[in-house]
Amino acid sequence: MNTPAPPAGRAPRQHPFWQLVLARVREFYREPEAIFWVYGFPILMVVTLGTAFREKPAAAIAVAVEAGPGASRVVAGLEAARRSFNVAVAGAAECRARLRAGQCDLVVAAGADAPPQYEYVFDPNRPESRLARNAVDDVLQRAAGRIDPAVVADREFTEPGGRYIDFLVPGLLGMSLMGGGLWGVGFATVDMRIRKLLKRFLATPMKKPHFLLAVIFSRLLFMVPEMLVLLLFARVAFGVQVYGNPVVLLMLILLGAETFAGIGLLVASRAATLETVSGLLNLVMLPMWVLSGVFFSSDRFPAAMQPVIKLLPLTLLIDALRSVMQDGASLWDVGWQVSMLAVWCGVTFALAVRWFRWT
Amino acid sequence: MSAAVCCSNLVKRYDGRPPVEAVRGLDLSVERGECFGLLGPNGAGKTTTIEILEGLLPATSGEVEILGRRWGREDDAIRQRIGISLQETRLSEKLSVLETLTLFRSFYHCGIAPEEALRRLGLEEKARAWVGKLSGGQKQRLAVAAALVGDPELLFLDEPTTGLDPQSRRQLWEIIADFRRQGRTVLITTHYMEEAQRLCDRVAIVDQGRVIAHGAPRELIASLGGEHVLEFTLEIPTADGRPAADALLSLPAVSDVRIDDGHFALSVTEPHVALPALLDHLKRSGHELTSLTTRHASLDDVFVKLAGRRLDAEAAA
Repeated sequence: MNTPAPPAGRAPRQHPFWQLVLARVREFYREPEAIFWVYGFPILMVVTLGTAFREKPAAAIAVAVEAGPGASRVVAGLEAARRSFNVAVAGAAECRARLRAGQCDLVVAAGADAPPQYEYVFDPNRPESRLARNAVDDVLQRAAGRIDPAVVADREFTEPGGRYIDFLVPGLLGMSLMGGGLWGVGFATVDMRIRKLLKRFLATPMKKPHFLLAVIFSRLLFMVPEMLVLLLFARVAFGVQVYGNPVVLLMLILLGAETFAGIGLLVASRAATLETVSGLLNLVMLPMWVLSGVFFSSDRFPAAMQPVIKLLPLTLLIDALRSVMQDGASLWDVGWQVSMLAVWCGVTFALAVRWFRWT
Repeated sequence: MSAAVCCSNLVKRYDGRPPVEAVRGLDLSVERGECFGLLGPNGAGKTTTIEILEGLLPATSGEVEILGRRWGREDDAIRQRIGISLQETRLSEKLSVLETLTLFRSFYHCGIAPEEALRRLGLEEKARAWVGKLSGGQKQRLAVAAALVGDPELLFLDEPTTGLDPQSRRQLWEIIADFRRQGRTVLITTHYMEEAQRLCDRVAIVDQGRVIAHGAPRELIASLGGEHVLEFTLEIPTADGRPAADALLSLPAVSDVRIDDGHFALSVTEPHVALPALLDHLKRSGHELTSLTTRHASLDDVFVKLAGRRLDAEAAA
């Protein structure tokens, strides 16, 4: 504590740009709520949507067989089948109770022996119940000697990169980049304006571009880890793979983060209250949420709208992300999207710098 | 050598319906090495004036020169040599005191070490504390520390002690006086006359966008014609009515009389002469005192004389 202070004028000086970036990063990571919204929320989204749209492995069909003389014949028939059945034998009342509770999909009651007679009890409103009825009927008919006249071969379609989750994850990456960039930059900037911190900075010899670039650059430091966490999670939980070059993917993430940070800065360049900026941010984000193909392909919108939709920054970003992640596209293949995003990024930043209000 | 701050015929008009003229032809000259106070009630145009001088607001018209330079041409050169504390800034709550000062230090080519600024402001123990955890007085000292890290020649302080407790206020006065003793210049706005009297070599009293008086506090007070003030109130006056102002003015050593809603204030050169004469006068005319005080005249009295109302009237309301 008692070390003599360096004389005035020769104190070590840090570079203002890095100091401004450091300040943003510190403020961000010292705000626990922000950490949740940035890292927790997108993962929660992937978990929810991924689970909802995940294709389930063919689950065992639960069948309850009413106890009786023919029960053992049914059980033997189902156990010999290629498909797996989960068979339980119980009294008639118990079987119905299980069906009602959803613990089984179908109840089978065996009747006379020659020819074999069966009664199926099922709920026609439950798809798995109808499926169980048909599958069990198939097995029992064959066991009773039915010969199928046509020869069929089953091939399962499990092409990697072609599942809905593979389509969804790049969309969610794009959406998170948009949300993080716009909200993060827009809100933080207006907050600093309200606190008169911008005015205080203006009162120093700070170079204005240093500050604006630091705001945008610090966004990268938050977004890149967020995207990596999301990608890693999608891979571990749902086996979502990146077929393209990871370096190109990283480039797209950086470009996307910068573009939306630039748009966020532009939206916040004159807003004086948090209400104004939230309204403006929603106005900017809503069309892209709807049109840019986060959850379903934007090709479904009418052809007349396509030229506009294709130029929205989120569409450009998601299209490029999907091409690289799902189809293994090269940087050259997504050159159009990359250059248009760069234009968005450059133009919005330039306008933001021009219009930015410090007081 | 040029004056530290010089402005002439400064006008600031805010467009609107009706347009508001916050500053209406204001002249100021602050010499190097002095502590200069802009004193006036809230809404007098002090903050508008100081922000124009700081280069944060454009003037509608008028000339401004800071350390011999002009805004719009040599902004960076001026900014490198001035330090500013705004009336209200909420610094980032999640940064530590030292981190905040290191950030501000990075904007200046030359300056003092952040640790040195902390030492001067008595904030060493709070170096690692988050700004959000500081008391009001500590926050205000940090704001001044942020104005000092660039080792400025000229310090602008806009109402630096508003809302502080007396102890924090005195601490800050000490710091400002220290800075001034190093031969640096301070321009401070305040609506506390005690602050102006204690700190400032010269003050300009501002009202409704104009300077209505300027000079050393002592001279301004002397211009009242008496350095003491005798204040009194009376029982409900008897049949012959209130004492007339003329009668009071004719008492020995009384140089001025103000009557405001039953409240009497006499400017007095020698209280030991005036007081017996006053008591005698009241006794003879049959008035009874309900209160009587004597005190030194203050800048508030100067303001009241010039503007016809009390300086802190708005502040108290």
